[in-house]
Amino acid sequence: MSNPNIYIPYQMRIEKITHEAPGVKTFRLKFINEEDAATFTFKAGQFGEYSIFGVGESTFCIASSPTRKGYIECTFRQAGKVTTALASAEEGDIVGFRGPYGNIFPIDEWKGKNLLFIAGGIALPPMRCVIWNCLDLRENFKDITIVYGARSVDDLVYKHELEEWKNRPDVNLVTTVDPGGETPDWKGEIGFVPSVVEKIAPSSGNTIAIVCGPPIMIKFTFPVLEKLGFAPENIYTTLENRMKCGFGKCGRCNVGEVYVCKDGPVFSYAQLKLLPAEY
Amino acid sequence: MQTGNYSINEPSMSKLFDNLAEKGKTMYAPKNRGERILFQKVEKFGEIAGDYLLTANSAKEVVFPRYEKVFSYKKTQDGILINDPTGNPFSEVVLWGSRPCDAAAFIPMTNTFEKDYIDNLYVKRRKNLLVLSFSCNTCDEFCFCTSVNGGPGNTAGSDILFTRLQTGDFLAEIITEKGKKVVEENSSLFEASTAEGKEQSLAKVEPRFNQDEIQAKLQELFENPLWAEKSRACLGCGTCAYICPVCSCFDIQDEAHGSQGTRLRCWDSCGFSLFTLHTSGHNPRPDQGTRWRQRILHKFRYMPDKSKIAGCVGCGRCSRSCPAGINILDTVTAL
Amino acid sequence: MNELIKKAASLLEANEVQVVIGYGLGSAKRPQAIFVTTPAGCEQLMFDNRCIQNLAVYLTKQEIRKLGKPAIVAPLPVLRSIVQLVAEQQLTEGDLVVLGIDPDGKLLEFSSFKAIESFLSDHKIVIEEKYLKKIEEIKNMPVGERFAYWVELLEPCFKCYACRAACPLCYCTRCTIENNQPQWIPVASHLQGNLEWHVMRAMHLAGRCTDCEACYHACPLGIPIHLLNKSLIQDLSESFGDYGPKISEPNMLSSFDPDDKESFIR
Ligand SMILES: Cc1cc2nc3c(=O)[nH]c(=O)nc-3n(C[C@H](O)[C@H](O)[C@H](O)COP(=O)(O)OP(=O)(O)OC[C@H]3O[C@@H](n4cnc5c(N)ncnc54)[C@H](O)[C@@H]3O)c2cc1C
Ligand code: SF4
Ligand code: SF4
Ligand code: SF4
Ligand code: SF4
Ligand code: FES
Repeated sequence: MSNPNIYIPYQMRIEKITHEAPGVKTFRLKFINEEDAATFTFKAGQFGEYSIFGVGESTFCIASSPTRKGYIECTFRQAGKVTTALASAEEGDIVGFRGPYGNIFPIDEWKGKNLLFIAGGIALPPMRCVIWNCLDLRENFKDITIVYGARSVDDLVYKHELEEWKNRPDVNLVTTVDPGGETPDWKGEIGFVPSVVEKIAPSSGNTIAIVCGPPIMIKFTFPVLEKLGFAPENIYTTLENRMKCGFGKCGRCNVGEVYVCKDGPVFSYAQLKLLPAEY
Repeated sequence: MQTGNYSINEPSMSKLFDNLAEKGKTMYAPKNRGERILFQKVEKFGEIAGDYLLTANSAKEVVFPRYEKVFSYKKTQDGILINDPTGNPFSEVVLWGSRPCDAAAFIPMTNTFEKDYIDNLYVKRRKNLLVLSFSCNTCDEFCFCTSVNGGPGNTAGSDILFTRLQTGDFLAEIITEKGKKVVEENSSLFEASTAEGKEQSLAKVEPRFNQDEIQAKLQELFENPLWAEKSRACLGCGTCAYICPVCSCFDIQDEAHGSQGTRLRCWDSCGFSLFTLHTSGHNPRPDQGTRWRQRILHKFRYMPDKSKIAGCVGCGRCSRSCPAGINILDTVTAL
Repeated sequence: MNELIKKAASLLEANEVQVVIGYGLGSAKRPQAIFVTTPAGCEQLMFDNRCIQNLAVYLTKQEIRKLGKPAIVAPLPVLRSIVQLVAEQQLTEGDLVVLGIDPDGKLLEFSSFKAIESFLSDHKIVIEEKYLKKIEEIKNMPVGERFAYWVELLEPCFKCYACRAACPLCYCTRCTIENNQPQWIPVASHLQGNLEWHVMRAMHLAGRCTDCEACYHACPLGIPIHLLNKSLIQDLSESFGDYGPKISEPNMLSSFDPDDKESFIR
């Protein structure tokens, strides 16, 4: 038996805290135990249960790329009990991490294709993992386009990296903010993500689209992509149903008979079309 | 695996109980508590309730306690020390007086806890559990075990199944190695016998529906006004799940006491409005109709689709106990 | 019964209400709440002494509110709950039609909530003798014994919250027990969690509870948690006199007057 107790987390030290946006932070976490660090592996799309001992656990995706070894990162928005406790943690503090859980983005199958990433709000973290993963293997892919929107300029996360992507000749970055969320010197787009996608009308030829965002954004973006000619098999997303265990036992994350924690969180639109809209 | 039939008389039953209890095993049996008969710890044979159809609560607590410490921790200067309870010995438990449906419920529950990720808290408790069940010679209008592959004399999940025969003695069917060991260790109490007379002693539980048909129908019925109609009176409590021997949903909660604390696995239910509530306020199951649908689909479609076993053993507890009088049979037979 | 059926059917017929919340016989020949939306469906309505579920609980449920304006079959306990809900601004005149059932089973019609209140003034809440004796007995126990009594009584509770769900006055969308910042009450159903839950529940209902016993009837484990509520009702009757739901007077415990005799108010 490899793991005698599936509920026991790894202990991780917070190595670095980055303030991304109001209420949003990124933690860089390092394994306290060297052996854990050496044996731990994950792939883009997976998530984990992060915890403060004595407060509880919270589900976030792993926001760093598996190509960057030795640490993991998570980006979270302060929302409730656990995220509030996490938000007041400091560099050097110890947190718990269980994982990785869930399935992965089939990056290997995307070789030789164009990639279109579409993200809204705090949903950039799962995307960031796969974006960096693909950028670190840049020669495997053709054009890479990133469309990222947030409520306001303030709410855009990973501002450093957005800057970096903007300046890279091999990345086409489009940022947008909701109407009213712009600042006087905002140079990006203004509008909701689905309409911005419709406006820039990326070509669907030989392209994979990856969409992450709140359920409402996803629901409006899929039809736009279909209109642009994307086949449902070539559109991917991640679902974020409420989770507790992460391993298919606590019973709350299912969409029809599929457990998002075990069979997801990554789904193609083709798969989602076969499932009830329980997300 | 059927490993033989024996007979045992009433006085020997009490002796058997004492022998097991004397070995330091924790005995769980139906016992009066206030106005109900509940599965609970008993010390003496005489405490066991004499006349009962089913206990109000299910027996699942013996393997899936309503709250369970998954680990404890202590913050020290050298870091956080974690104590893993799966490393500690689990007490040996005897479930005495379970009904065939109670015992059968351990099968789907084991599936849940052993599938893909092995939950050793459950596994260890299950391994240390001896299930001594008693066939049913009565039933009521809520029972429907025979519609879900069970029956009043069903042996699945039990180590020994006792059936009170018309002679007054008990037939003891030995189902598992664990059961066999009990007979070996108490051989003076048992006499070799045949299973004769069993059928005549069993309750007649009329079949109410065909499980395969229900499973087939449920492949299509996700969007249907039936769910809201049948759950209209539902109050959104946790009774049907907490009372159910198969339901195993849980929440994970921390409790801190100064620099130490525990992480707990606590029962939860898909009937609660907060069960699936997202942080954003969005709820994929926004009303009792969609929650009731989840209950029925999980038990009669998702579980049998995946593991060939329904998530319901037909004990009828949920219907007997529902504060709004909702009867699961009404929904299933209306499909 | 005919009277009730006729009245209910005519209300639906005239589209004065869109749903009648009442009692009907379920498949197991057991009375249960039914929600009738057609005049013909009113034939199913029934009432007898087995109809103990407090239907007022449905008046604040979103699933039922969606059905339209209700008429509700209201024996005494339901009438009391309605008045308390009115006093707490959960119902307003015109929201519903009350089909009262008097203690002899006769249909009662009310012109206003005030009329219900005045009807209730002739049907006051009285704690039954057997409960008074029990409460007396518990109160006379030495502290340790009394604590042990409650521990033993509440130990089996597995926190299914049926008692809360069945209570017409537990209408909060987010109960204190679900507040996790801070986590006032432990989620687990261990002893501390159970004691705190039940004390909290009883205290939140102090001065509001109408003694309908819905919580007790709902409990799948038969735990007589209504003892706590009854004991509080008894205490409040002793301290403030005339106990019961009222629209015309402020709530017993959630109102104050600078002229009250207690000095802490000033
Ligand atoms: C696969 C997956 C990946 C995720 N990835 C990320 C990520 O990368 N970054 C991120 O920020 N988030 C992510 N999330 C969401 C994240 O898990 C939640 O925001 C987080 O768990 C909230 O935990 P909490 O303890 O802080 O909040 P809780 O205390 O549980 O509260 C959450 C919200 O619900 C409300 N609430 C809590 N209890 C109740 C109640 N009883 N009644 C009513 N309302 C209540 C609170 O007010 C709060 O708004 C992800 C979720 C999933 C499933
Ligand atoms: S026990 Fe009854 S009222 Fe409670 S959730 Fe289940 S069906 Fe609804
Ligand atoms: S769903 Fe109801 S009848 Fe079926 S096993 Fe559970 S409690 Fe028993
Ligand atoms: S019926 Fe509901 S509470 Fe029971 S196991 Fe299924 S999802 Fe969980
Ligand atoms: S109904 Fe009974 S078991 Fe459920 S929470 Fe209330 S007292 Fe506890
Ligand atoms: S998170 Fe527990 S089953 Fe999916």
